[in-house]
Amino acid sequence: MTATDPFSIELLTNYLLVGAALFALGMLGFISRRNLIVMFLSAEMMLQGVALSLVAFGRFHGNWTGQVFTIVILTVAACEASIAMALVVVLFNRKSSLDVTLWQDVREAGVEATDLADEAAEAAPLGVSDGPETYPTLTPAGIEPAHPIQPWTERRR
Amino acid sequence: MGFFVSNIWLIPFFPLLGGLIAGFLARRIKLDPFIPVAAGVGLAFLVSLGAYASADAEKTVLVSKWIQAGSLVVPLEFRVDGLTTLMLSMVTFVSTLVIVFASGYMHGDPSYPRFFALIGMFVFAMTGLVLSNNYILTYAFWEGVGVCSYLLIGFWHAKPSASAAAMKAFLVNRVGDVGFAIAIFWLWSVVPNHDLSYQNVLAESTLHALPEAAKWGIPLLLFWAATAKSAQVPLYVWLPDAMEGPTPVSALIHAATMVTAGVYLIARSMPMVAQAPEVQLLISATGCATALLAALIALTQTDLKRVMAYSTVSQLGYMFMGLGAGVGSVARLAVVAAMFHLFTHAFFKALLFLASGSVMHAMGDVIDMRRFSGLRHRLPYTYATFAVGALALAGIFPLAGFWSKDEILLALESAPHAAHEVHFELGWIYGVIYWIAIFTAALTAFYTFRAFFMTFWGPEKLPSPDDPEAPPADAHAHGHGHGHDDHGHDAHGHGHHEIGVESPPIMTYPLMILAACAVLVGLAFGPTHMFEEHLHHTLGFEHLPEGHHDFSWGTAIISTIGALAGIALAFKLYAQPSPVPGRIAGSIKPLYRASLNKFYIDEIYHATVMKLVQGLAAASRVFDVKVVDGLVQGVANIPWTAARDVLSKYQNGLIQFYAAASALSVAVLLWVLLFS
Repeated sequence: MTATDPFSIELLTNYLLVGAALFALGMLGFISRRNLIVMFLSAEMMLQGVALSLVAFGRFHGNWTGQVFTIVILTVAACEASIAMALVVVLFNRKSSLDVTLWQDVREAGVEATDLADEAAEAAPLGVSDGPETYPTLTPAGIEPAHPIQPWTERRR
Repeated sequence: MGFFVSNIWLIPFFPLLGGLIAGFLARRIKLDPFIPVAAGVGLAFLVSLGAYASADAEKTVLVSKWIQAGSLVVPLEFRVDGLTTLMLSMVTFVSTLVIVFASGYMHGDPSYPRFFALIGMFVFAMTGLVLSNNYILTYAFWEGVGVCSYLLIGFWHAKPSASAAAMKAFLVNRVGDVGFAIAIFWLWSVVPNHDLSYQNVLAESTLHALPEAAKWGIPLLLFWAATAKSAQVPLYVWLPDAMEGPTPVSALIHAATMVTAGVYLIARSMPMVAQAPEVQLLISATGCATALLAALIALTQTDLKRVMAYSTVSQLGYMFMGLGAGVGSVARLAVVAAMFHLFTHAFFKALLFLASGSVMHAMGDVIDMRRFSGLRHRLPYTYATFAVGALALAGIFPLAGFWSKDEILLALESAPHAAHEVHFELGWIYGVIYWIAIFTAALTAFYTFRAFFMTFWGPEKLPSPDDPEAPPADAHAHGHGHGHDDHGHDAHGHGHHEIGVESPPIMTYPLMILAACAVLVGLAFGPTHMFEEHLHHTLGFEHLPEGHHDFSWGTAIISTIGALAGIALAFKLYAQPSPVPGRIAGSIKPLYRASLNKFYIDEIYHATVMKLVQGLAAASRVFDVKVVDGLVQGVANIPWTAARDVLSKYQNGLIQFYAAASALSVAVLLWVLLFS
């Protein structure tokens, strides 16, 4: 590494700090949130933190390894996203909710399911802010369906 | 002739190939399974003849290299010397005839292909055994013939008695194999270069350098192995029971070939055995005890095959008597005599067994001599050939048995003097053995002709279900007019044939050929010294001391008189039904009952050895279940209990909990890695 390289070790440190911050935030999000989609997004954020570090290291060492690795990660992440979303849809289909604590079935036989109602009350959001009275709607178009559309979760029963 | 020697591997290969074809292919290509096996063994016989002509004491053939790693080479070598080629020719010749006979005898059996596949495997193993050039390969084939014997004794495995007999044969042979294994280990540790090939072990320099204990210990262990395989006291008990197998198997394996493997082993190791006169005396005495005991048991048996079985045991005892007589200057005569008896015995005993099989075939699988008699008009060929075999076994001039038995007696007669020459004080015992041997020869003639007269002379009588001797199940089967019963004595499920009709030519021709051999081999090989000269081309035999021994007229006359007396007595008592045998039996009832019940040897073994072994097995089981398993399961219980009582509580199914736990664990790990 020559002294003229503009990508100095200090610059690398900054990148790594950002990557570490992304990773840590993602991890905290993954652990603390109960919404499946938010958890998935948090996991993606961890992944991006790592990818950022890799790219920074690649640039620092002056080779392509980090970038190539990142491209691979992005590819895998895309596949993973499609599968994860499909799974989320299925899970929602079953319980009409995205709350991950509803899924405690994979536990040791004989261990009671954890009831998180109290915790949920404690950590309840600070109240719903008043939104506008009416929401904008689109003009209905096309032919009206013959039957009233039931929510698809109902149809499944 | 060089072709035969360099391609000596063909001898085991042909029967193996034939056996494999018979077992796996014959049915698919609509070939009679006996054809490939007969062809394979016949070709092996031709190669053996070629090898016979060019046998040499030092000739070995490298078949292949089993292991080659740097300077370590483990060769697969075959030895082509006098002893080997002799055994090869005899084994393949008798096997060929027995296979041809069996194709008639076993005809219609549902497991016909399996039978011939096993026979092919057996000939493969037996020829391999005599060809091997080292003790380990011999041991491997030794086990191979044992397995084939086990499978063939238990050929009709649906019969409980057959599978029990097979198991008994296998287990008793295991006892002997232990001796062989220890002998090999011991040899390995004392011979130079750990080379167990015969030319190394039996070299004079090696034998002289052996430690004192090994000089008598190894021959003793080898003899231990031989007692099991060749059915000597105290391990002979399996052979009479082995008659549960098909009769051709009894003829081939349990009379002519496999049981002589022990004799072969001792003869092969003769240069080593000859160094230990005490062991030789033990061999001779054991052989003598076996010969006498088996002959006494054979006197009262009513099962034709069993008489032959005990006669085989007795004749094997004779061979060991001969082998053991080789002290001092008799050494070479002794081994030649024993091998000669082995050779001639193979022919006439195979003949007698096959003839018994022919009788059994004609009698619808009845073999109890009390249930038939006077068959000489109905079975003329069987009658004539059986007569030749019986005369040869009895040792009547000029048949085969006369020459070989006489040589053994000659060796025994010369042994005390030779022992005196080499200052072996116990040599006088050979004198006792000599007289017992002559007595046994007379007994042999008596029981052989007892069986002969009971079967072929007297009023004509065929087995009938009304016979008081007939077992109930047997009688039932005879109601159907053929021998297709699983409960009778020795059912071989061949097709429907009439009772009391001579066997087909494919069975009588082998009998005639064997009968011709029984007449001629003794005369051709004995007085012409051809046998002796051929056997001199054997490794180590040229160093055996050779004394001058003339044909002993005295012995020949005494033994012939004994044999004739035995035959005459048998004629007097059994040629016509008479009350005399019953009266004699009544007057010596305890002795008669002891002989009839085989001196209660089986019962004694049951009460002592078997009980001991079973107790040991039970104790081992308790030890295994309580101690070994307890330990293993106790160790396995520790993580299991910990997981169940402590860790499983934390498997609660909450994803966040898992994620937090793994994140914390990684954090702790990092902390430990970075700050310690």
